[in-house]
Amino acid sequence: MSTGIDTWRPQEAEVPPQLPIVDDDPITERFRVHRSAMTSPHIHRAEVERIFAKSWLYVGHESEIPKPGDFVRRPVGGRPIFMVRGVKTGTVNVFHNTCTHRGALVCRQDSGNSKVFQCFYHAWTFDSEGQLKGVPHRDAYAGGVNFDELGLKRVARVESYRGFVFASFDPEIQDLPGYLAGAKDYIDLVVDGCGGSVEMVRGTNQYSFAANWKLLVENSFDGYHAESTHDTYFKYLVSIGTDLGGGVSGREVDLGNGHAVIEYSSPWGRPVAKWEPLFGEDARAEINRLRADLVARHGQERAHAMTEVNRNLLIYPNLIINDIMAVTVRTLYPTAPDTVDVTAWALAPTNEPAPLRHRRLDSFLTFLGPGGFATPDDLEALESCQQGFASGGVEWNDISRGMGRIPMANDEEQMRAFWRRWQHQMGTAADLAGAQ
Amino acid sequence: MTAMAPEQQAISRQQVEDFLYAEAALLDAWQLDDWLLLFDEDTKYEVPCNDAPDGDPSCDLLLIDDNYVRLTARVARLNSRRAHREYPHSRTNHQVFNVRLLDASAGDISVTASFTVWRFRAGRSSCYVGRYRYRLRRGDGGFRVALKRAELDMTDLRSVADVAIIL
Repeated sequence: MSTGIDTWRPQEAEVPPQLPIVDDDPITERFRVHRSAMTSPHIHRAEVERIFAKSWLYVGHESEIPKPGDFVRRPVGGRPIFMVRGVKTGTVNVFHNTCTHRGALVCRQDSGNSKVFQCFYHAWTFDSEGQLKGVPHRDAYAGGVNFDELGLKRVARVESYRGFVFASFDPEIQDLPGYLAGAKDYIDLVVDGCGGSVEMVRGTNQYSFAANWKLLVENSFDGYHAESTHDTYFKYLVSIGTDLGGGVSGREVDLGNGHAVIEYSSPWGRPVAKWEPLFGEDARAEINRLRADLVARHGQERAHAMTEVNRNLLIYPNLIINDIMAVTVRTLYPTAPDTVDVTAWALAPTNEPAPLRHRRLDSFLTFLGPGGFATPDDLEALESCQQGFASGGVEWNDISRGMGRIPMANDEEQMRAFWRRWQHQMGTAADLAGAQ
Repeated sequence: MTAMAPEQQAISRQQVEDFLYAEAALLDAWQLDDWLLLFDEDTKYEVPCNDAPDGDPSCDLLLIDDNYVRLTARVARLNSRRAHREYPHSRTNHQVFNVRLLDASAGDISVTASFTVWRFRAGRSSCYVGRYRYRLRRGDGGFRVALKRAELDMTDLRSVADVAIIL
């Protein structure tokens, strides 16, 4: 399978695009995105070079590799990567998954524990810190084997925030905390709301569908579609006794650097810590206890945000953390203009009491994931958009909702924050005046 | 000859196969209300994640973990016109084979079987492959489903996108 990565070449001096693909007009309060952003192979290739090679990308969570030698492998930005906790240092190492000799993968299992990573092709062996340890018949190399130079290649930059490990292929990228900007505080809310320590639950959703990845970015924090697209989910909530009276209300916030969030109250329950009939009567006391504990530790206002308020958070460009009826962490990567690979996990408090964990998972999979009552209908909507683009006749998508007012949770300001950053990074590669 | 109580009668593989074929036919015909009648009210319908086929719904994330209430809601959803992924419905072909009775001595009957479920919709075909685990109970004139679990052999769902149909 092709990774879709072209050879890097230096970019010419940047001039502003003449006819940007993102048409942001504050005078008429109209915001449009040209549909070639979702269909063009040139745009897709430019995204791989200008966005995925130049951003901080989520690799995994430290809780996935708690012990020395624990590892997970997965594609990051379309490239095979693995993350291992070093046996000597205890730190999280993120390596390009390729033998420095002739290229074969050195980590060939999705997860496990190992002190050494041996390439099976010629048996070159590396330790968990990436150091080359073994080369069979090395006396055949007249000039010797430079063990220090031929260690596993680390991804250019690796940093983590609250256990979320990010990597970047760009050695010059700004530090992670600066990059995360206003999104840091929302990661804090998620993690502190879970008692300060979180882990990924076993079991991964790995699915793909035939639509542009940016449609899923939009959909992941689109409050406007919930009522119409997810009618069957809300009917289910009503059938088990949920009161939909309060509806969904809240706001959206541009967090800088392309990150954005919608935060809102909703009728559904939250495992931390808003009781709903779905959780059952016997969970009421435990959820109230969690809530009281959060108030004691973080004060009334912040505890309210943790317990009552939902967050759909985008960490630009392709990490979604949705703290809703459960917490899902989701990454997206385009394998083509009209195909997206999604990998999603459930995030939960470390050592969560068993009954609460069960209810959290119950709450998760009722709505979320490929077998839930909602996600399949989102896939249908996004594939339907992609098919609609092929019809032609209409050139632009409209994303103006809520311009000219303080944006509400079912407006589109959060999408505009993403698209503005996207246009900025794409520069002249997203210019209708240029070659498309 | 005195009639034996149902739980004392020997169960043949053919009886189980006939039941599973009939169940598959109801799914393929989208007669989901009739299909639901095969299930007991303490039933479970489970589909684990591809990377954790032994997933335990109390502590691991599954793709589907329906009790009778949610299974009923799933059927109601699929019968409605608002389950957009399945309106209009896919054509499906549920194929069941390699049926084995693991324990039919007393009480619930443990059954495993291989399956392929083909799904065709809007010019696209997808195929689910895996292993069924059933717990069946003897009921009036047939069996009742106490557990249906579909463990997928595909390493991920990239080729099928979702599990909006019932496997």
